[in-house]
This record gives sequence, structure tokens and C-alpha cells, in this order.
Amino acid sequence: MEVKYQKSVGLTDTPLTYCPGCGHGIVHKLVAESLVELGLLDKAIAIASVGCSVFSYQFFNCDAQQAPHGRACAEATGIKRVLPNNIVFTYQGDGDLASIGIAETIHAANRGENITVIFINNAIYGMTGGQMAPTSLIGQKTTTSQDGRVQALHGSPIHISEMFATIEGVAYMERVSVYDPKHVIQAKKAIKKAFQYQEEKRGFTMVEVVSSCPVNWGMKPTDAMNWVKTNMIEEFPLGIFKDKGDQNA
Amino acid sequence: MAKILMKGNEAIALAAIKGGVDAFYGYPITPQNEVPEYLSKHLIANGKVFLQAESEVSAINMVYGAAGAGARVMTSSSSPGIALKQEGISYIAAAELPCVIVSVMRGGPGLGGIQPSQADYYQATRGGGNGDYQLICYAPESIQETIDTMKGAFDTADFYRNPVLVLVDGLIGQMMESVDFDRPVKQRILLEKSWATNGTKNHPGSRNIANSLHLDPVKLEEHNIHLQKKYKLIKQNETQVEMIHMDDPDYVIVAYGTMARICRSAISMLNEKGIKVGMIRPITIWPFPEQAFDQIPSTCKGILCCELSMGQMLDDVLIANNGRHKVGFFGRSGGMVPDPEEIVDAIVNFKDKVVK
Amino acid sequence: MPKGKVTFDYERCKGCLLCVVNCPKQILYQDMKTLNKSGYNIIKVSEPDKCIGCAFCAMMCPDSVITVEVEK
Repeated sequence: MEVKYQKSVGLTDTPLTYCPGCGHGIVHKLVAESLVELGLLDKAIAIASVGCSVFSYQFFNCDAQQAPHGRACAEATGIKRVLPNNIVFTYQGDGDLASIGIAETIHAANRGENITVIFINNAIYGMTGGQMAPTSLIGQKTTTSQDGRVQALHGSPIHISEMFATIEGVAYMERVSVYDPKHVIQAKKAIKKAFQYQEEKRGFTMVEVVSSCPVNWGMKPTDAMNWVKTNMIEEFPLGIFKDKGDQNA
Repeated sequence: MAKILMKGNEAIALAAIKGGVDAFYGYPITPQNEVPEYLSKHLIANGKVFLQAESEVSAINMVYGAAGAGARVMTSSSSPGIALKQEGISYIAAAELPCVIVSVMRGGPGLGGIQPSQADYYQATRGGGNGDYQLICYAPESIQETIDTMKGAFDTADFYRNPVLVLVDGLIGQMMESVDFDRPVKQRILLEKSWATNGTKNHPGSRNIANSLHLDPVKLEEHNIHLQKKYKLIKQNETQVEMIHMDDPDYVIVAYGTMARICRSAISMLNEKGIKVGMIRPITIWPFPEQAFDQIPSTCKGILCCELSMGQMLDDVLIANNGRHKVGFFGRSGGMVPDPEEIVDAIVNFKDKVVK
Repeated sequence: MPKGKVTFDYERCKGCLLCVVNCPKQILYQDMKTLNKSGYNIIKVSEPDKCIGCAFCAMMCPDSVITVEVEK
């Protein structure tokens, strides 16, 4: 018998602190596997943001820094400029990236900063207990939109992938999901490609992963993944929004 | 390099280059703009990193990243910009990362003005960020002293793995003086930055992590105790003060930076009037030179704390004095810079100035 | 059909069932009588010989609990 699939050496042995069935765990594996398969793990530097994934510096088996809420892309910029040959990536949730940290993220992209951003969109603030996020769907009940998100009061879900596709400095922008094996395979391809582009110094790369939050959505993990499939994907269509690689590949 | 005539802000920039800066991340704000302007040209010219960030908040977090990666890194800003950087500074101090921060103070509060001020003493020494942390804060009074401070600041930061704040005001930043860039700097034995997050290939077998999160209160308290030990060491080794005419003075002035220079003129004018006035000039405002106050003879009639603010260093003066002498306060704010005569008058009418 | 074999690092399992619902052969089930140290009911294979080694279960597992081997 030959091992076909096992825990990646890109992850440490520290058990993940995520809730049962949370998409974060799946994406962590894809990031770790990509770095290992591309031979980039020992020159990678992970930037953990603030949210459920704040502990990612304990899980990725590489050097890491933990950034203040929203500032991961600035920190990554600071590192990449002094260590241009290292692989620098941020791992951020929708509160960290699409709310408090949107300015840092947009400007890192606009500078074409040669970093990779792994952006987990689960339409809610998880760590703090289920508040509304900029990506929460219209009508979605959260602890700060208890009668459901209302456009007149709370605005509409923000579309990061579409926005970043308009920025010149972005070399690769894809939105993926992890709600079933087929999409997990596609998500890994995207993440691996993003790191590949960084290694080739093509510029800013980001993968938005539409993911689940079973506990704060008040659902079983399996139902939460279905909710991603039936509700989230409709609001956040999957696909490649920008790929500079194709132009001069 | 012989003496040259140079503007304060540009001298700060050149001194940083002489001090071995690798990277600068900043943002425009009056009255410090010549620092990034000068560095934008000269850093990139010799293969170093210069980047104008989208905000001061972003800039300080770029500093955090580069510092964690082992670079000699700095930023510069002015009062409201330094206010925006406070969270990042707290993180950098917590994660024990070395960096140099320059603040060219302007009138406040709020957007305030752009004239010189010293109204950020609390911000610098009491910390505008969260948690028990300290910055090593220098308050030079001249462009020459600022240069000498800047040149040594990166080594000091590296030595203690702590942010260093160089605090000047708009007047020092904007005026020109003849300066010498070749004065010797304190030599420090610096360890290799084996803790830097530069990829495990540079330190196989272990992961380097720059972090300030300690959810376990036991660990966070241990970390706080560790930081306090470091601050105690800094207090013992790095406190710098200048004392003049302290042999049997009638009054003692306590002032730093630009205000101290104005007081020098006032002191000589008072001497001519037969009033002997000494001065305690903190060069580091943190650690504050408390011991200097033990040099004040009991015959001294009072201490006059002079600041370009409504009274902030006054707290430290009162603490250090510990009730031994009467303490008076003289301050101008909003960017108003007093003439020496105003200070002469304050001493002559000391009893009207007494706060305690 | 290729022959596969799955093994579980039970202590890492959080009983989320993402593996169970995504197994194309529907041969995974939650054993309601057996708990791991964290108190989660662990997953077992009902008919091991039907496993085709597709690794869908392992891919969907957020906690790297499952190792998949296939016949050479």
C-alpha cells in the first residue's frame, strides 16, 4: 500500500483551535500542502491576522508574525520589502481584511506588492461570537443584525474579488470555495498558483475562499457547507477574476 | 565630514543613514516632511528600502514586519501621526522588536497647528498604546544632538530589542544649523538577530515567531514581568541628563529640547541680574533623570518646570522633587514659542508660578 | 477498482461528519458508542473493502485526521 493522502508537513502538530467542521482547517491544509509541494516552506513567512485564524502562527510550520487587526498586508509589505526573496503570505478573515484592514489590503494590491493573501470569507465575525461582517448576506441574522442584515441600515455584502480585479497591481485574483471535494481540489490549485506567481515575482496575488462558520451560523457543519453552496455562492460567484499569468505566460 | 549647514529634518534623515538604517516606512505630515523626502532619494540610491505607506497606521505596521524580519527600520511622523501609530508601537514593544521612531512635535490637540510644541510628553513617556510598555525616549535640544542621538538609536534599539523614540519639535526640524556628522557614537556589542522571522532555512529546526498574543494570563504576566526587568535595566544604563550651574543655585529650571535652549539665554540674563539659576535638562525623558533632583541644594528657593505645553513633564518633576522644594510651572502652547524674557519674568515672580 | 485503506488519528477528530457525507461509497459512519479524549464521537469504516482510496474524506477533513493508502 502507498500513502496517497496524509497530514501535511507544512502544518505543525499543534491541534487546530477551529470549531468542528470549520472551513479554516481545510484551507490551512491547502496552504501547507501548496508551500510544501512548491518547495517554499522554509523561506515562507506567515502573517496571522486577528480573528479565528489569529492562532495560525501556531499551525503553519514556518516562521510567522502575528499582526494587529486589519494590518496584515502592511506587515507583509514591511517584511517583503526587506526580504524580497522570501515567500510572504497573510491569512485573513472577512472582518480583518474586508472591514478594518481594507485600506491596507487595497494599497498593498495597488502597489503590486509581491505577497499572497489568503482571504477567508465566511460572512461573519467568528472569534468574537457571530457579529455581522461586511460580507454578511442581506437578511443574514447575526448578533449585530438580529433581525437580519438590511441594506438600508447595513449596506450590501462587499465583493472583494471583483473589486481587486480592477487594480493594476493584482497579478492573480480567484474566488474559490471548500464546500465539497471538487471545490477543495480547485481551491488548492488556486492557492498553489498564487504562491507560484509570488515566486515568479508577478505581483499581488489573492485567493478568496468562501467558507463556513457552523457555530455562529447555528448549523451543523454539514448543513453549513450546504448553506455555502446554496446561499453564499449565489452572492459570491466563484471563478478567476484576474490572471496576469495568461497574458504573458 | 567637516561642519555643514543643514536643516534639522534632513539632518535626521542623513543621521539615520549614518546609523545604518535598512528601511524607512512613513507618511507625509507637517512639520517632518523633509525626513521622508530626503530618505526617498538617498535610501533607494544606495539599495535600501523606502516606502510611503497609505497611512501612519499602515506605516508603523510595515515597521513591525521589517523589524520582526531583522531589519534596522525606522519611521517618522508628527503628533497626530504618532497618535495613529500607538497600537502598532504597543505591539512592537510587546513583541520586543527594535525600531526607531522620530516624532517632530506640532501644536495640539486634534489637528492643532504646525508650529513647534512639546505637548506629546505624555504620549511619548506614558505610552499612547495599550498595556504596560515603555519606549526609550530621547529629547535632543539641537540638530547636532539630534544627529548624535539618531546615529546611535538603531544600536540602542537592537541592543534592548525595544522601540526608540527620538522626540524633537517643529523648530528643531525646520531650522538650519552647522553640524558635524562624524562625532563618535557609543559602541555596543550587538548579538546576531537569531530571532528574526526570515525563513526556517536560515535557522533549521526552529520556527521564529514575532507575536504579542498570550491568552494564558500566567504567560502574559510572566511576559510583563520580563519587560519590566528590561525597563529597569534601561533606567540604570541609559538615563541621560545635562545639569548646568547646579552649585548653590537660587532656582533650578527643568526643561528639555527647544525650551531648554531658550532657558539657557534666560539663565544668563538672570545671572546678570544676580539671580543664580541652574538647569536640569533631561536628554532622555524616559527614563526620566530623577536622581538629578537629589543634586538640588536645600537652599534652593524653587524649581521652575518650563515646557512648550500646558504642563506634562511637570508630573515627573513633582514626583522627582517629592515635596522637597516649591515647584512652579511656565508653559506656552499651541505653537507659541516664548522669548527668554518671559522665563526671566517667571523666575523673578516665581511665587506667582508655584503649583505646589 | 483500486483498493484503498483509511486510518484515523482519532484524538484529532471533532466529529464534524464532513468526511461521512462526502464519501462516495457511503462507508463512513459515526460510532455513537466511542468517544475520543475531547469527547467527540469518532468515525469508523462500515465496509473497509469498498474503499476506493479517493481520499475525498481526507480532503474534506479540517483537522488532518485521515490518512489514505492505496494499492500500488
